[in-house]
Amino acid sequence: MKRIALIGMPNAGKSTLFNRMSGASAKVANWPGVTVDLLSAKLLLAGEMAELVDLPGIYDLHGFSDDEQVVRHFLCNNSIDLIILVANATQVDRQLTLALQVKSLGLPAVLLLNMSDEAKKLGITIDNEKLGDELGYPTALLSAKYGQGYGEAYQLIEKELRQSQATPAISLEKDFAVDQELEDKLDQLVRHSVDVPVQTSHTLTEKIDKITLHPWLGLPLFFATMYMMFEAVYTIGAPLQDSVAWLLEGFRDLALVPLLSALPPLLNSFLLEGVFDGVATVASFVPVIVLFFLFMAIIEDSGYLSRAAFLMDSLMTRLGLDGRSFVMLLMGFGCNVPALMGTRTMRSRGLRLLTMLVIPFSLCSARLQVFVFMTTALFSPEHAPIVLFSLYLMTFITVIITALIFKGKFNSQEPFALELPPYRFPTGRQMVLRGWHEVRHFLRRATKFITIGVVLVWILTHMPFGVEPASAASWSGWIGEFMSPVLSPAGINPELTVALIFGFVAKEIVIGALAVIYGLEGSSLMQGIAQQIDWVQAYSFMLFTLLYTPCLATIATLRSESKSDWYSLLAVVWPLSLAWAISTAFYQAARFLGY
Amino acid sequence: MTNLSPLSALIPGQTATVQALHVDSGFQFRLNALGFRIGKTIELVRVAPFNGPFHIKLGNTDVMLRQQDAEMIEVIM
Repeated sequence: MKRIALIGMPNAGKSTLFNRMSGASAKVANWPGVTVDLLSAKLLLAGEMAELVDLPGIYDLHGFSDDEQVVRHFLCNNSIDLIILVANATQVDRQLTLALQVKSLGLPAVLLLNMSDEAKKLGITIDNEKLGDELGYPTALLSAKYGQGYGEAYQLIEKELRQSQATPAISLEKDFAVDQELEDKLDQLVRHSVDVPVQTSHTLTEKIDKITLHPWLGLPLFFATMYMMFEAVYTIGAPLQDSVAWLLEGFRDLALVPLLSALPPLLNSFLLEGVFDGVATVASFVPVIVLFFLFMAIIEDSGYLSRAAFLMDSLMTRLGLDGRSFVMLLMGFGCNVPALMGTRTMRSRGLRLLTMLVIPFSLCSARLQVFVFMTTALFSPEHAPIVLFSLYLMTFITVIITALIFKGKFNSQEPFALELPPYRFPTGRQMVLRGWHEVRHFLRRATKFITIGVVLVWILTHMPFGVEPASAASWSGWIGEFMSPVLSPAGINPELTVALIFGFVAKEIVIGALAVIYGLEGSSLMQGIAQQIDWVQAYSFMLFTLLYTPCLATIATLRSESKSDWYSLLAVVWPLSLAWAISTAFYQAARFLGY
Repeated sequence: MTNLSPLSALIPGQTATVQALHVDSGFQFRLNALGFRIGKTIELVRVAPFNGPFHIKLGNTDVMLRQQDAEMIEVIM
């Protein structure tokens, strides 16, 4: 099978091209010499199956960041038939450096100048044939986002692939230094085949920046935007979740109950109150999650996040972090795992470790499900969004506490420069793809963790044989009793304790576990919980869920990214202690004040 | 008027030409890749709140750069 690698600078639109070429078939996979997972997809090109690998966006083949090393190690350990170089046409005058570096290694490649639509609007004209001739790589212009020129680019790739032969893994011993020859060549290429008007600017971006980066309006505006987004997710998402839960309830009562009634009671209970109730309760949150990621995708693709880095850098520096750490925290609101991987662009280890220590406090979408559920059950519709927002604030409070305590341990003074890309809006196609990706991700987790989790919870609540489910006599009752000296000061009862234990595997399991423990589903589960605990206990439970030990996938990522057992241990023990301390403090204070 | 000064001495709205980069080689690769090259014209667009980083424009690329790092870049006004 032929192997093709995508190489390009950050913000060149490499992922957009990858998604367009692979459809939705991408998978993560391991590669020789590379310690991280890379996205790849198999596709039919030039009548043969080929494997397309998406390498991380890099500025330089010889840079020092982990991302740049990943690309280097990949090239040194894998044979490659063709490289697709992706460059942003509006910045061709500097992005060609990477193409020249690949050229100097003698690797077969095609050059795709992406975002040709933007370049055209800016009045930049590129003679791609002339450029290709001079560079020695066939070159095409395209817009991966809107599809113009994609057909031609595709044909070009097929044509080159047919002719090319696998280049064995290369050695990158050669030191480029800051190569004067390369720079001269770059100037020459640009002079001969690129025409950039003297005064070019993204006027719209400049106008928006005047508002969003305003010296004192900028920050309040950013937080208002985030608040509006969460408010929208809640206002649109909660009724959606309700209707899905209602549908699933109907399916259970009308189809599953009669269908399974012939089974022996224990098996019936296992399938209905264990597997179905657990998984269905979690599944009812899929619309909320899809909605959340649609909004996230818009904000992420818009370029607003790097503005947030710009606005927050000065404050974050005082915490021993920087603007990039802030962006990764925001990314963590989706899922902590990619946010942890995003720290690879940081060159300083101290900064990276400190950032990775605070990312797990980010209220990820899995925890969001738990909180939407609990707030809907225990708070009025007017109060619920405010309660939810207070938990987001809690993320930042714990980040500040943690950073201030540990910044001395993880010291760094790393110079860095970050691009502020022009504002863009994702296309409908990109948003649908993103939504679909999240649904698929959920289904994968559902089949693995969530089902196993709820089955285990069912066993714990129904064993030994014949006990009243989830009573003090059941195994879960024993565990709850055993843990109660530790968790009852925080107002967390034995039932909630069992849910927390399983939430360690994946936080989605928490609500699935509650469904199984209470033997209820949907709206009746909410009522059941509301009868048993009051809002103070619920809020304490939510604080604990937000802060305690991150999920298994996050810990595994922390371990593989830090390559340190001590650090991983710290990243488990610290949040757990903080969660206990804050929940207990809150619960005791609220009770003391008479709530 | 031409005089040599660090980039950090610019005030918002001013343009200058890059003259030298006094940074370690790792950071120099990154700056080069972002378009900071000798002879290139740059503009200081704005400064972030709380005396934060610079917003610098180099042709079609907008970059944020901390003030302390901007001191290491020498420009001609």
